[in-house]
Amino acid sequence: MARSVTTTRKTFNTVLAWSIGLLIFFPILWTVLTSFKTEAQAVSTPPVWFFFDWTLDNYRTVLDRSDYSRFLWNSIFIAGGSTVLGLIIAIPAAWSMAFVPSHRTKDILLWMLSTKMLPAVGVIYPIYLIFIRMGLLDSRTGLVVILMLINLPIIIWMLYTYFKEIPAEILEASRMDGAGLREEITYVLLPMALPGIASTALLNLILAWNEAFWTLNLTAAKAAPLTAFIASYSSPEGLFYAKLSAASTMAIAPILILGWFSQKQLVRGLTFGAVK
Amino acid sequence: MSLKTSLGLASALAIVAASGSYAQSPSGTVTIATVNNGDMIRMQGLTADFNAQYPDITLEWVTLEENVLRQRVTQDVATRGGQFDVMTIGTYEVPIWGANGWLVSLNDLPDEWNADDLLPAIRDGLTVDGELYAAPFYGESSMVMYRTDLMEAAGLEMPDAPSWEFIREAAAAMTDGDVYGICLRGKAGWGENMAFLSAMANSFGARWFDMDWNAQFDSPEWLETVTFYNDLMTNYGPPGAANNGFNENLTLFQQGRCGMWIDATVAASFVTNPADSTVADSVGFALAPDNDLGRRGNWLWAWSLAVPAGSQSTDAAKAFIAWATSSDYTALVAENEGWANVPPGTRTSLYENADYLAAAPFAEMTLQSINSANPTEPSVQEVPYTGVQFVAIPEFAGFATEVGQEFANMLAGQQTVEQALERAQAVTTDAMEAAGY
Amino acid sequence: MSTKASRVTARLMLAPAVILLLGWMLVPLTMTVVFSFQRYLPMRGGFQGWVGFDNYRSFVTSSAFWPSVQATLIIVGSVLIITVALGVLLAVLLDQPMWGQGIVRILVIAPFFVMPTVSALVWKNMFMDPVNGLFSHLWRLFGATPVSWLSEASMPSIVLIVSWQWLPFATLILLTAIQSLDSEQQEAAEMDGAGPINRFFFITLPHLSRAITIVLLIQTIFLLAIFAEIFVTTQGAFGTRTLTYLIYQRVLESQNVGLGSAGGVYAIILANIVALFLMRIVGKNLDR
Repeated sequence: MARSVTTTRKTFNTVLAWSIGLLIFFPILWTVLTSFKTEAQAVSTPPVWFFFDWTLDNYRTVLDRSDYSRFLWNSIFIAGGSTVLGLIIAIPAAWSMAFVPSHRTKDILLWMLSTKMLPAVGVIYPIYLIFIRMGLLDSRTGLVVILMLINLPIIIWMLYTYFKEIPAEILEASRMDGAGLREEITYVLLPMALPGIASTALLNLILAWNEAFWTLNLTAAKAAPLTAFIASYSSPEGLFYAKLSAASTMAIAPILILGWFSQKQLVRGLTFGAVK
Repeated sequence: MSLKTSLGLASALAIVAASGSYAQSPSGTVTIATVNNGDMIRMQGLTADFNAQYPDITLEWVTLEENVLRQRVTQDVATRGGQFDVMTIGTYEVPIWGANGWLVSLNDLPDEWNADDLLPAIRDGLTVDGELYAAPFYGESSMVMYRTDLMEAAGLEMPDAPSWEFIREAAAAMTDGDVYGICLRGKAGWGENMAFLSAMANSFGARWFDMDWNAQFDSPEWLETVTFYNDLMTNYGPPGAANNGFNENLTLFQQGRCGMWIDATVAASFVTNPADSTVADSVGFALAPDNDLGRRGNWLWAWSLAVPAGSQSTDAAKAFIAWATSSDYTALVAENEGWANVPPGTRTSLYENADYLAAAPFAEMTLQSINSANPTEPSVQEVPYTGVQFVAIPEFAGFATEVGQEFANMLAGQQTVEQALERAQAVTTDAMEAAGY
Repeated sequence: MSTKASRVTARLMLAPAVILLLGWMLVPLTMTVVFSFQRYLPMRGGFQGWVGFDNYRSFVTSSAFWPSVQATLIIVGSVLIITVALGVLLAVLLDQPMWGQGIVRILVIAPFFVMPTVSALVWKNMFMDPVNGLFSHLWRLFGATPVSWLSEASMPSIVLIVSWQWLPFATLILLTAIQSLDSEQQEAAEMDGAGPINRFFFITLPHLSRAITIVLLIQTIFLLAIFAEIFVTTQGAFGTRTLTYLIYQRVLESQNVGLGSAGGVYAIILANIVALFLMRIVGKNLDR
């Protein structure tokens, strides 16, 4: 394409795009800024922008007062655990569908995807009862299992698409060299599919970290992750904007950073490949 | 010594040893579900004292907003979920859940805990068939808190027992710029705005149900109540009042934005605390208003700690409850934060304590309000239920919250008073039919 | 190459996933359906008998039902329109040559990664609060009285919060689709004298139609289930009680499990209808 673009046009695009981008990003920016203000400054009229006494007090208070590390650890455990568990179950399943397909493979795949559409609110009470019966209420294990189940379709789907990109000849070659199934998967497939697996894991970590229905309803104290922790700021006593900002910044920072690296995975995983 | 004797001796020794260790302090983890109110947060800060006495008990806190707390603990107790060992509930839930066998009796708390010291009205509210099912953490009624400086500036004097008309007058006089004459609850919830409105309705001669359990929102008394409330709030109340519950109004008052605030008596210690309140020195107190019909608009409530029947750590839970609701705890708070900030409204001994009476200018008014509340005959008309600011049937929490949403919508300007009352009547009638009344 | 041995192995490898998902789908679903035919009130003693389709009837005849359907349609519909319309425009913009495109992408994508509870609370308190929020400052700057967003304009508020969260998703998808648009077509049209607007309507949009359909369907599924934003801001008050939230209230707040379960079955049927369309498209794509 040899069309030259005028600098004016490029400047115009840049200004427009940056303005809109900053506008959209502004709430996040404002939250981070507010987390460094004192409570009084956080609600001052007119609002202060950059020139205020930056303080780390809010972070200190949130970390001290509310056992923040427990919530953080729960989020990490639940997101990580459901990802690992999901991968363990999904890798064999995706292998099977990608490399040994049958005429039913497509239907099975579609059916799996459809289970993701199940509205959580329709089954909350039975799950609640089952969890009580099995002693899983307010437990990290219980949440790991649930979050694994709701994201399993996406994990399988993504791995399936990545596996399909691996030429089957390489796997056949290893089989002809005498490799058994375990070796084939562990030493040949996984290393080649590593980027795909990493991408899938990344997307799943993000989805599990931000999940806000099951985590809000199935936890109380022991297993409550960051989503529940932030929800407890919905009507607290006294001025709390700066503390809320500090808590929020700490809660979203990891995922914001991860998210910036996972845009492609997002498209692949959540549109089920219908958009390339 | 024969084998039999030595075995017998050994078992006797074992039993003595075991009971000796039983007499040691209880252990385990106690998960406590509580409201995010000031007194509870204070309690969380003082648990070092508890841990010193009971080193083997670990406390886990779940602090939630009131509406969410109520839903969570109700869900947990109804399904025997066992998520919580101590629940913060009140004089509404205790009689119902106690009668259902969902709570552990607290009759066996140690004698030093002194159950007889509890204020009779509060104790009655937490006892079913002679069994005490919850220990009151703080008791409250409602009263008027007002800014003495603003009243002076307006040239008015607040009587000890004002009428609603006077309140309206005062609110009009004190509204100026970003000071709002009166702040009242508007947030939807049976324990938020409906608690206030129900109590207020009593003072206008209204009632929730007649003796045949027909909802009464189509009565002229309710129309009067809600119209008065709506006018008061629209003209002299803060913006966004429909989102303001207890905590929000407390913050507004502490920031000096309210001329008056009619709400729980416990707020008194917070609005007069110079550490949080910018107007700590200019607060006066008066009884909840009336219309000279024989009832004032004051309610009766006690946030109490109870042990659900599904708990795995009942001994440890009871130890915690005994600690948190004892007069020793009161003394502990007094030591750390001053007498004005102790949890009020539960024990007679507190109101006979000279130090307390000296430090708490609101003590007298609080005690009067609590003693004058009448949950068994809340309305001047006959009623089939008990409860001043609630109706003591299990369905109440469900439909009253929906009704509360209708009144919040009204306050937000989304519907008229008449529409809100119509909807309230429809919701309540539906619910009572479904429940089989 | 699928020998018989590998067929068996393949089935075994697939089995755990299938069994788990089958269990996940059937067990709670069956229980919900069973509950929906019961009169089950835990607060009043639990199971009280079988009532056939009564719960189904009560759910749709209750005075709260149609308002909740309306609320759902308005919220979902508005968010869809806003995110797709703005998403298309943003995608076209981001596809243009500019400096720092990578960073702008990051700025635009960010809201999608913020957890719903954080985003709802930040909007509710720091922007929409009528006393202390930024909007109220802005309004006062222009001499107007601030709006109590969540009580007076509750639906627009929720729509704003949810749109802010989902716009990045739509933009990202549509941007990916636009970038696959063959630039030769655009150039040829330009040389034929077609202006940018014509090019947009006759070339870009048709190309995007499939992507737009996907975005619409997928977002619908997720938007039907939004919960945290409403839970943390209005708790369903001021007309923001969607169907999902109504069911939640019936089951967990009013503790009327039978009624709530019937509502849940309605929600599941509705979601499945949308899913059917989505799966049709995905299936066609798989055949490619």
